[in-house]
Amino acid sequence: MSEARLMQGNEACAAGAIAAGARFFAGYPITPSSEIAEFMAEQLPRLGGTFIQMEDEIASMAAVIGASLAGVKSLTATSGPGFSLKQENLGYAAATEVPCVIINVQRGGPSTGLPTSPAQGDVMQARWGTHGDHPIIVLSPATVQESYELVITAFNLAEEFRVPVILLLDEVVGHLRERVNLPATVQIVNRKKPEVPPERFSPYGDDHGMIPPMANFGAGYRHHVTGLVHDVNGMPTVNPALVTKFLLRLNHKLDPYLAKISLYEQILLEDAEVIVLAYGCTARAALEAVYLARSSGIKAGLFRPITLWPFPEAAFVPRQNIPIIVPEMNCGQLVGEVVKIAGRHNVYSLSRIDGELITPTQISAKISEVISRV
Amino acid sequence: MFSDIAQYFRTESLPHIWCPGCGNGTVTAALVRAIKNLQLEQNNVVIVSGIGCSSRMSGYLDFNTQHTTHGRALAFATGIKLAKPELDVFVVMGDGDCAAIGGNHLIHAARRNIDLTALVINNGIYGMTGGQSSPLTPHDRRATTMPFGNLERSFDLVELAKAAGATYGARATAYHNQLLTKLLIDAYNNHGFSLVEAVAQCPVSYGRRNQFQTPAAMVMWQKEHGIKVGQHSISGEDFYIGEIFRAEAAEFCAEYDRLRQRLQEDMPNG
Repeated sequence: MSEARLMQGNEACAAGAIAAGARFFAGYPITPSSEIAEFMAEQLPRLGGTFIQMEDEIASMAAVIGASLAGVKSLTATSGPGFSLKQENLGYAAATEVPCVIINVQRGGPSTGLPTSPAQGDVMQARWGTHGDHPIIVLSPATVQESYELVITAFNLAEEFRVPVILLLDEVVGHLRERVNLPATVQIVNRKKPEVPPERFSPYGDDHGMIPPMANFGAGYRHHVTGLVHDVNGMPTVNPALVTKFLLRLNHKLDPYLAKISLYEQILLEDAEVIVLAYGCTARAALEAVYLARSSGIKAGLFRPITLWPFPEAAFVPRQNIPIIVPEMNCGQLVGEVVKIAGRHNVYSLSRIDGELITPTQISAKISEVISRV
Repeated sequence: MFSDIAQYFRTESLPHIWCPGCGNGTVTAALVRAIKNLQLEQNNVVIVSGIGCSSRMSGYLDFNTQHTTHGRALAFATGIKLAKPELDVFVVMGDGDCAAIGGNHLIHAARRNIDLTALVINNGIYGMTGGQSSPLTPHDRRATTMPFGNLERSFDLVELAKAAGATYGARATAYHNQLLTKLLIDAYNNHGFSLVEAVAQCPVSYGRRNQFQTPAAMVMWQKEHGIKVGQHSISGEDFYIGEIFRAEAAEFCAEYDRLRQRLQEDMPNG
């Protein structure tokens, strides 16, 4: 039977991770994400799991990857400057295809920025923060309920596709308290294990499609894991043909599964003459603005990407000449992706960077302004 | 290939990348002989390494091996060991890797006294990147980034590990490789954080700039300057070899497991 509880967003993230089967957390204190670590410190040892506060963010990302290699579902949580420090080993996880989950409760930046204020300034960093081309999945919840659910989704995607998954929370979602329905059962996906005997195992082979099965350390499948470009046996290579083969598979391995990975919500889009595209807590204000516009006779609709990366491009095919407004708590980041699809002349950025939330009134004013222009 | 330890190598990954005369091969053999002597189950051994010449060792060895990021090997190994304490985890690092970029991770792995066996190959230089100075480059010695002699002081990594809380610390050299094997066995048998420093020669990036005509001259330097603990006092570039310290302290994985058991016993419904 499901259970309803009043929960904080950060607490819901931690509860969701435990429900997903995570039993290892390594982290470092930072506002506004610390409650996730505190909840894990309290809960994990009771469940036979492990919590460790590492000496820094770099080390916590490393420990998470190490634990995952040993076969335990692992996560870390951070914010702001901590997310910057995660990038080195986040790239390592992407290159070595080690499943793990990183929760980034966004705060105002750059640098120390606005530690206790909401912002959505890490959208591009979540996609491109580590060097080199690499695959990544980034999810953005709008509610506490969705935070709980998306952490579970994050683990399932990480395990199925052997990719680091980032949950990009807004500070206000992390600290918001809302009712959460905790389902009695949760669907859990575990990494595929090798079915061949050890002598026939190639840890990065493509004979099982784009996602190779994964052998945990100690399981009898001795193999090498390296952040160097490697061949199907995991051994370093500079052979141009093998380098190309590896990088193409790595960077295209999610392509066949985009329909499953791309999560989004569409509200009142069928007859819309103006679309608001918003994510995270901003989508809540956007929905209110859509209703306000409708009540004053403007047919507005909302497209809410839940998966920010890969951007749900296939789902978001706007009709010709429909204006799109993209409100974001940054100087305009995801709007660039929308421009790529819809073209520059139809897309309007609404940016707020003062540490305050974008309000429904602000968005509805923008809707009226845009409609009066077309 | 030495036939007595060939079974522990991925022979298909050879030849290695190390230069002729490099000390890394001798140190690798000492580590593998220690593992053989300990009769560890090959599937249960994990070798974690950082970045640098010496850290390429993991790729040549037929265990569960991980070549990580620069300086972070101990942090990765901490995750592996905590998640699966029954694995035998060895961590191989170079002096730049462990003492500079990874210095903080060393301090905290030692402080936790987590059951890892760390082997630091100290050649006193950044060899892979072409001979820049490391925190263990001796004072006045030359490096590409200290072209007029090293202005900085080097420091004693084993003493650092001791001060930070490690429970075993030792040092040997590529020349004293049988001693190195023995110390690695003792280090493994210590239930806690152990650090073994292996002084090794880098003839190409260090020797050439510092008046060592041959790799053999560098090995002779190790013989001459490595002074057994308790033999006599050291001066100049001398350093102690042998077991430097041993201490008793609770091991971290065991401590954490005691916490798990205590909490599970406290739970009203088991």
